[in-house]
Amino acid sequence: MSSSRDDQTTPTHAPPVPDDQQQGAGPDQPGAAGDRAADRGAAAAPPATGGARPATTGPRPTATAAAVGGPTDGVVAPMRPITTGSLPRLAPWLVTAAVSAVALALILADVLAPGVGAVAAAIASGLVVYGWSRAVEGPRRALDRGVTFAVAGTFLVAITPLASLLYTVVSRGLPRFDTAFFTESGRNVVGAGGGAEHAIVGTLIITGAATLISVPIGIMAAIYLQEYGKGRLKAALTFFVDVMTGIPSIVAGLFAFALFSIFFGPGVRMGIMGAVALSVLMIPIVVRSTEEMLKIVPQHLREASYALGVPKWRTILKVVLPTALAGIVTGVMVAIARVMGETAPLLITTGVLSSTNTDPFDGRMHSLPVYAYNQYKFPGVDKQAFIDRAWAAALTLILIVMLLNVIARLIYRRYGTEIR
Amino acid sequence: MSTPDITADAPPKGVKRPGDRIFTGLATGSGIAILTVLAGVATFLIVKAWPAITAGSDEIKGDGGLIAYIAPLAFGTVLGSLIAIVIAVPMAMAVSLFISHYAPRRLAQPLSYVVDLLAAIPSVVYGLWGIAVLGPAAVSLHAWLADNLGFIPLFSGPPSVTGRTMLVVGVVLAVMILPIITAITREVYSQTPRKQIEGALALGATRWEMIRMTVLPFGRSGLIGGAMLGLGRALGETMAVTIILSATGTVTFDLISSDNPSTIAANIALDFPESSGLDVNVLIASGLALFAITLVVNMIARTVIVRTEKASR
Repeated sequence: MSSSRDDQTTPTHAPPVPDDQQQGAGPDQPGAAGDRAADRGAAAAPPATGGARPATTGPRPTATAAAVGGPTDGVVAPMRPITTGSLPRLAPWLVTAAVSAVALALILADVLAPGVGAVAAAIASGLVVYGWSRAVEGPRRALDRGVTFAVAGTFLVAITPLASLLYTVVSRGLPRFDTAFFTESGRNVVGAGGGAEHAIVGTLIITGAATLISVPIGIMAAIYLQEYGKGRLKAALTFFVDVMTGIPSIVAGLFAFALFSIFFGPGVRMGIMGAVALSVLMIPIVVRSTEEMLKIVPQHLREASYALGVPKWRTILKVVLPTALAGIVTGVMVAIARVMGETAPLLITTGVLSSTNTDPFDGRMHSLPVYAYNQYKFPGVDKQAFIDRAWAAALTLILIVMLLNVIARLIYRRYGTEIR
Repeated sequence: MSTPDITADAPPKGVKRPGDRIFTGLATGSGIAILTVLAGVATFLIVKAWPAITAGSDEIKGDGGLIAYIAPLAFGTVLGSLIAIVIAVPMAMAVSLFISHYAPRRLAQPLSYVVDLLAAIPSVVYGLWGIAVLGPAAVSLHAWLADNLGFIPLFSGPPSVTGRTMLVVGVVLAVMILPIITAITREVYSQTPRKQIEGALALGATRWEMIRMTVLPFGRSGLIGGAMLGLGRALGETMAVTIILSATGTVTFDLISSDNPSTIAANIALDFPESSGLDVNVLIASGLALFAITLVVNMIARTVIVRTEKASR
């Protein structure tokens, strides 16, 4: 019905419709409508598939309805083509490759600096694809392609620092990444030689102590939030744990210093102070990750346990926690990795020491990040030796942190997935 | 309580075993302990900052009083963080979109790991990288900015020859907060209602039009929350600034010269180990100011994010 009305308006509405298309315009008959659609298809889309489709699907009621709706489009079509040409599927890649080749040639010929060349190549390929697409496909598709280029390019730019940083740390850290670095301390070292054994031991002790403080509190608080918490206290705790993740690390250090200096006097420096400072940073991370893991433990496991008469606390200890264990361990490891690299709080709480100290309650204690900072910032006479040691410390630190992250992911992938 | 009289000897509502009591107590106690720690951070900082707050202005370093001491540092802190935010937010949008809507689905997970790795790298390493690689690499850019855009006060120069400038600090901070913002925006973008996306595509929208019409409006408040979170992190970042910036304490908007305002955190890290007496209290007072600023920023960020999460449920 509607299609016949459309057909009546056709002549006044759209004079430039070509004759051969109007010829087939018998109203209301499915077959005719199908032909119309076939014409349109043949005109618009790549011939083979476009033309064949209406013929096969025409008789089916739904397809007919769609085809009957078609004439409206058929009317407008001649004024502005429905579809346009499209670029070859590989066009963006080919353009990028071609432009990159030109840029590479210019870089090799010393016309462009490598960085400038890379950026220029990215922008130029984007512009070429945009222009080409605008000419062939029209402005909307062109903009889409342009944005795709911009988004992908930005992603690459964001990743570049990571690549550059890893390359720098590895290449500059390797010269001193030797046995002496891990077996000797900085005692009586004025120039080259020596190592960071004292700093590594310090980092392990401080981080270990921080873990001992944070993990029980963090996990219990997460259990409270997930299993017991209700009302104001839960809301407040959730909110402030999140806020706590944003405490600047140096403020955590100042807190530990303020706390201990009240009891031990103004010049106090101890390993345990660093551990307390790191705990302030670590607890919220542990709480958040543990809470997430407890959340995905299925409720029916708990209910099955209650139904067997198991008290709530034993249900949590024997059912909930073991089910979520892999996830919790993963979260704790990521948290350890996060605080292990913290420098600022240790700088002001544990201080600097060139020999090994294994007692966190007695005096200064060195740590790997502070060691890296100190070697770089205050080099001695043989400057290069200090800088080399700083990079070796950075490399060690990155290796430990990355290793922790990777192991954590592996644990989670191996043991943690069946929860979902 | 509300079900009397059905049976005279109704079983007690719940048996309170000692184990349950102890466990509940431990869990609740841990929760309260965390709130106490947060309150303790504020309390102890105030206690140790008090001597500096009450001290006469002539006793404070620089002879201008506490406010005059902290203000330039706060200026530098905010300036560096703003540069970082201006760079990082558009990049985080692009990176999140790339992961959630552009990259092949199989690549999305590994790619997000790679972005997360940026967050795992210790700040001291960023600092070393900034002063050893990025700074020197940016020297020619500094010169170019001074020559061609010198009429803008931000780039008035004279350009630094070491690259230890506020601009480089801002870029490094941007790299550091990028994964934090991305983590939030990625989450929000991937939660865009499927129906809206498919509706837009069915109406013939191109991918970009679909994103502009559905994903970006849906993710706007998440983006704001993430940006605030990143801002909080950038404000408090210490080591990268301490290592890279050549700080002279000048208050200037010039981003590319070797005269730069210091930041609160960097100033503490630099001066604290050698300070004693009232100077320590002054530094703690500046730390208290930093704590207050970041606390406010983070609270706003979390409020926005929580509201977003509720709205998307």
